[in-house]
Amino acid sequence: MSDSKVNIVDAPEGIAGEGFFATKLSDVVGMARANSLWPLPFATSCCGIEFMATMASHYDVARFGSERMSFSPRQADMLLVMGTIAKKMAPILRQVYEQMAEPRWVIAVGACASSGGIFDTYSVLQGIDKVIPVDVYVPGCPPRPEQILDGIMRLQDLVRSESVRRRSSPEYTELLASYNIK
Amino acid sequence: MQSDQLDYFPILMQLVLAVGFVVATIIGSSFLGPKRSSKNKDKNFECGIESVGNARMPFSVKYFLVAILFVLFDVEVIFMYPWAVNFREMGWMGLAKMGIFMFLLVVGFFYVMKKKGLEWE
Repeated sequence: MSDSKVNIVDAPEGIAGEGFFATKLSDVVGMARANSLWPLPFATSCCGIEFMATMASHYDVARFGSERMSFSPRQADMLLVMGTIAKKMAPILRQVYEQMAEPRWVIAVGACASSGGIFDTYSVLQGIDKVIPVDVYVPGCPPRPEQILDGIMRLQDLVRSESVRRRSSPEYTELLASYNIK
Repeated sequence: MQSDQLDYFPILMQLVLAVGFVVATIIGSSFLGPKRSSKNKDKNFECGIESVGNARMPFSVKYFLVAILFVLFDVEVIFMYPWAVNFREMGWMGLAKMGIFMFLLVVGFFYVMKKKGLEWE
């Protein structure tokens, strides 16, 4: 096993002693969540093709604990919106987001999902943050797999530092209420 | 006699404790755990699209009937393949046996036709 390239996540800060280790619950939960983000791909355009490359062996998103693509929102943590979202698609996207189990995070991949991109027209939603809260924006048209991986790693940083109480806080309820999600 | 039965009381207590703990934790966790539910969230997942009608919808039994009859006569054809391979070895005896087999199924086929099993309208 000396030539193994498997990286193991470092233990969070804490007090270690003979046969015990004490740390904060939120650190452990954050570490576990950050390294097992199950993606729910919502691919509508060319960014989805780049994501296929990200999933495949060369870039291998599984290295970050995202081995399992979820095609049901019930067992997904991370919604990846890749591509142009037309205004007719917006309620569908919102419904998918709403049906995800808590805690849930969203990455807007590419210019279209982030801001509408080049499609500055009547029929295209100018950024998915008009309908659902977004955690990370990945720029590019379409972004390279490295950029998508960078976005996932930035999200991991967010997840790692998220308090376990955040999802029951009044601020979070307010945020969802501002998107008219109960 | 009375004291003998009382000796088994701890076993009953243990049983109640074991079952009670499981039931209490299952019920308790559903009350204690944070959850967020709404009408939209509890809907069936249909890829975000509004579902129409009920999944428990009756549909024509004809589909089932035709499918079962297809399987029946499909299997009949499968039996004919080994017979065709060994046609010379089995001779007249094999022909007679296959004839009886085919005749029985053809009787069934006529029964299906008489019962209007294959009529779609």
